[in-house]
Amino acid sequence: MGVEGIGARVARKEDKRFITGRGRYVDDVKIVGLTHAHFIRSPHAHAKVKGIDASAAKDMPGVVDVLTAQQLVDDKIGNLICGWAVSSKDGTPMKMGAWPAMAPDTVRFVGQAVAVVIAETKNQAKDAAEAVVVTYEELPAVSSMTAALASGAPQLHPEAPGNVVYDWAIGDEKLTNDAFSKAANVVSLDLTNNRLVPNAMEPRAAVAEYDDAEEHFTLHTTSQNPHVARLVLSAFYNIAQEHKLRVIAPDVGGGFGSKIFIYPEEMVALWASKKVRRPVKWTGDRTEAFLTDAHGRDHISHAEMAFDANNRILGLRVKTHANFGAYMSLFSSSVPTYLYATLLSGQYNIPTIYAEVMGVYTNTTPVDAYRGAGRPEASYLVERLMETSARQLKVDPAELRRINFVTQFPHQTPVIMAYDIGDFGASLDAALKAIDYAGFPARKAKAKAAGKLRGLGFSCYIEACGIAPSKAVGSLGAGVGLWESAEVRVNPVGTIEVLTGSHSHGQGHETTFAQLVADRLGISVDQVQIVHGDTDKVQFGMGTYGSRSAAVGMSAIFKAMEKVEAKAKKIAAHLLEASEGDIVIENGEFKVAGTDKAIALPMVALAAYTAHNLPDGMEPGLKEGAFYDPTNFTFPAGAYICEVEIDPGTGKTDIVDFVAVDDFGRLINPMIVEGQVHGGLAQGIGQAMLESAIYDDNGQPVTASFMDYAMPRADDVPSFRVSHTTTLCPGNPLGVKGCGEAGAIGSSPAVINAITDALGHNKIEMPATPGRVWEALQLQQAAE
Amino acid sequence: MYETTYHRPASIDEAAALFAKHPEAKYLAGGHTLIPVMKQRLAAPSDIIDLAKIKDLIGIEATSDALIIKAATTYYDITQSPAAKKAIPAIVHLTSVLGDPAVRYRGTIGGSIANNDPAADYPAAVLALNATIKTNKREIKGDDFFQGLFSTALEEDEIITSVSFPIPAKAGYAKMRHPASRFALTAVFVAQTRSGEVRVAATGASQSGVMRVPAIEAALKANWSVGALDSVKISADGLMGDIHGSAEYRANLIKVMAQRAVEAAG
Ligand SMILES: Cc1cc2nc3c(=O)[nH]c(=O)nc-3n(C[C@H](O)[C@H](O)[C@H](O)COP(=O)(O)OP(=O)(O)OC[C@H]3O[C@@H](n4cnc5c(N)ncnc54)[C@H](O)[C@@H]3O)c2cc1C
Repeated sequence: MGVEGIGARVARKEDKRFITGRGRYVDDVKIVGLTHAHFIRSPHAHAKVKGIDASAAKDMPGVVDVLTAQQLVDDKIGNLICGWAVSSKDGTPMKMGAWPAMAPDTVRFVGQAVAVVIAETKNQAKDAAEAVVVTYEELPAVSSMTAALASGAPQLHPEAPGNVVYDWAIGDEKLTNDAFSKAANVVSLDLTNNRLVPNAMEPRAAVAEYDDAEEHFTLHTTSQNPHVARLVLSAFYNIAQEHKLRVIAPDVGGGFGSKIFIYPEEMVALWASKKVRRPVKWTGDRTEAFLTDAHGRDHISHAEMAFDANNRILGLRVKTHANFGAYMSLFSSSVPTYLYATLLSGQYNIPTIYAEVMGVYTNTTPVDAYRGAGRPEASYLVERLMETSARQLKVDPAELRRINFVTQFPHQTPVIMAYDIGDFGASLDAALKAIDYAGFPARKAKAKAAGKLRGLGFSCYIEACGIAPSKAVGSLGAGVGLWESAEVRVNPVGTIEVLTGSHSHGQGHETTFAQLVADRLGISVDQVQIVHGDTDKVQFGMGTYGSRSAAVGMSAIFKAMEKVEAKAKKIAAHLLEASEGDIVIENGEFKVAGTDKAIALPMVALAAYTAHNLPDGMEPGLKEGAFYDPTNFTFPAGAYICEVEIDPGTGKTDIVDFVAVDDFGRLINPMIVEGQVHGGLAQGIGQAMLESAIYDDNGQPVTASFMDYAMPRADDVPSFRVSHTTTLCPGNPLGVKGCGEAGAIGSSPAVINAITDALGHNKIEMPATPGRVWEALQLQQAAE
Repeated sequence: MYETTYHRPASIDEAAALFAKHPEAKYLAGGHTLIPVMKQRLAAPSDIIDLAKIKDLIGIEATSDALIIKAATTYYDITQSPAAKKAIPAIVHLTSVLGDPAVRYRGTIGGSIANNDPAADYPAAVLALNATIKTNKREIKGDDFFQGLFSTALEEDEIITSVSFPIPAKAGYAKMRHPASRFALTAVFVAQTRSGEVRVAATGASQSGVMRVPAIEAALKANWSVGALDSVKISADGLMGDIHGSAEYRANLIKVMAQRAVEAAG
């Protein structure tokens, strides 16, 4: 309804302040008496901390204090938690070593903090840090899963023998083995899903302030979920009680999952602010981001797919090793299990699946959810396998997919998920048409004549968003419920504030959430203010990740709006002397249907607050809240087709065309959706062709700066062609599915499938850099 | 960054005099190498002597046989110079694929050459054309200037004032960009001098910095054509191998980039 309602391409309200440099980020917080923290970090991947001598540093100019890990222990500050309990297939709970916010006796990855200097300026803190003498006794380190699992490998945690956190499985092993024994064809594939560094534009930061008269803390932090941060900080870390801690996540410059977690630096800043009785600021630099932001992905998998003689899938068998780094981060345990293996059915009818996942400790930065979190790993596996199968079975890759698509909904997969709706064939058809699939052979021939190798690759991904029904995730081991809350406040003059537990760090909620309200009331988005990111303002919330803000966060707003509208209609009916059932809302007015009798929203609101003339027994005011707990995951899905051209001289791959057809259900703001897809595609292409976090054998990071870690730049990605097909999600009132991660989930297999098509063989891993592509071409030449 | 004292001299002599007074000083030009290194606390000059605003260090001039670029001229100004475009288009092309716009607006030819990064672009042109590097003390031939990774014939206090490139009969530059840094993963500058000499320099490839490539020079001397290089084999010995490319890959790139540079040179 209206030009600013659902479906309208409303320009982002928040962009005025972002584009003009008026955003207010954590580092912009200035408080009288502010001190600055600088962490002293381990240069070793694995070492015993033998001693810390801070005596000289404490006398340096501007130094307020130097606090060490031991003091943290003495103050009984809790260890970092992992909030999702996953058990091994034999029923034993996962085996976790302790993760203290600063390491008192053993460091297990390069960059782990052992002490912190608090000084009047950041530079003084850095100067003093150089004068702190930390004595280490180096221990042998394991930087790869292969090294960690070797017999006699150095052990990270006594609690986890063999460096194994868990050995988990899903699905029916016997049924799956039976399916394989009946198979006409079996296709197998070994895959590496490369480790990525999130690299949000804004590094993490924290400003902590302690008010000793009130015994109250305020923490400004770069968080995607300030309420969860408060909950964890108060319930587990013994730093502050929940009602004595206000957490504010103001403008946050990108998260991609890495800002879900509550990190040691925030804990230490809070604790230190009380210790030194001064506010403490810590702003990470890019090096600290590379070393300490939770990394993503890092799987090694072996996958096999069984087919019958008609190319129907009979079963899927997967064995995955997942690298967790040195410690179990907040949601790490769920990522390669419930967020990964539950999506292994892809868009296909697969009668039986058996997947085993072994979680492994290594002396590297902890790994956790990163844009897509488990689903990119699943779609990469399934879609590489489908393409490989098509080539081996000599079936057209589109056809093989079509033969096996799920077409009846709801569809129960063998791995927990129950797909509610979709039309996978429609997306594939649209993508084939957009790319001009029939014209590909001619394009390939033309490229060949020009000395180039062309290839085309598919990816028909499905993912799960809107995490999630609280009861369901609770039964799977989650420590929290994953609903969302909202409060709609209609002010006495009729403007509206919406308080939401979702958190916007680039998603555009201030616009899309306002569009929902504008749509329902027929008013302008300028009449609506979205309030988020402050535990003092919003009562509670679970935050933004897993593309959940539209499906869950907006559904809560929807519910609150229904309550507000119901009450407003009662007031309007009373004032118009009409029956409540006859009141309709149009263009900001409450009208008696079929008459010209109407009263504008501001008048209704004013009546609610003056309370001079309300229906008998009605409470004054116009403000309602709602909690929304989803009934199911949502299942965005789509078809991506990537066309590449390789320069055999250099191995450089150009993406000459990229078509993305997504089904996100209802689109609230197509422009913002396209932006989300573009960003996701760039990240998926980054994973496929450029990005890789690499450690040497001693656990030293080789790619800890942008000089070595290749982020995608504008000229690395093509001009995307993005479109949509639509099946409305039946599980939530808006019919939305979520669009934040799909691009990153669906694109990397499409790119690699295109590259392997051009190469003519499968021997290449992500990232397919020019150097690797060239080596792969030499392999082929040697073979010929 | 450690504390440092910033100076902005008005002349070359004043800059040199300041350096004499502060032996722990560093000259600053575009700052695109020096400032990041200082921010990481890997360099701690007591004083910074800014050359970027010295008028005598800025400007481009072409004579009938040389293109002379003063040391503090920015890359951007080089890419915009009609004189440079006319005299040696390959230099303008090289500059246009160096870094990104932010780097090109500030970075200078003098800073690039003084720094001698093993993957920098300009050293390839200086060596292939055997340019003359003029300093406030002397003239140094391109052949004698580069002395391995990040090291040059310059003395600590010496200021590059200009670089004089002899105008070649033909020249071309082709660069394979490093995926992360966008420096040269390997790039090659080919030149045929007016007297018929062929000189070819590769950057980004060798473990010891910019280098001549005799095998390619010989083949092109015999026959200046792309096809002349088809059968040339470049050894991977002494070449860099890292996560972005093996030594064999870089050896291949030397040849392929040389071919593309010849094609560009015409
Ligand atoms: C993101 C990024 C990308 C880049 N990409 C590339 C690339 O693709 N190719 C490439 O070649 N380079 C690249 N560079 C490096 C860039 O070219 C630098 O600007 C250059 O290396 C140094 O030039 P400058 O003028 O910035 O020198 P500065 O950083 O100011 O100085 C560098 C050194 O040279 C000395 N120096 C400067 N001027 C003189 C002088 N006249 N006489 C004597 N000594 C002097 C200084 O004392 C210092 O030691 C990149 C840099 C960045 C930050």
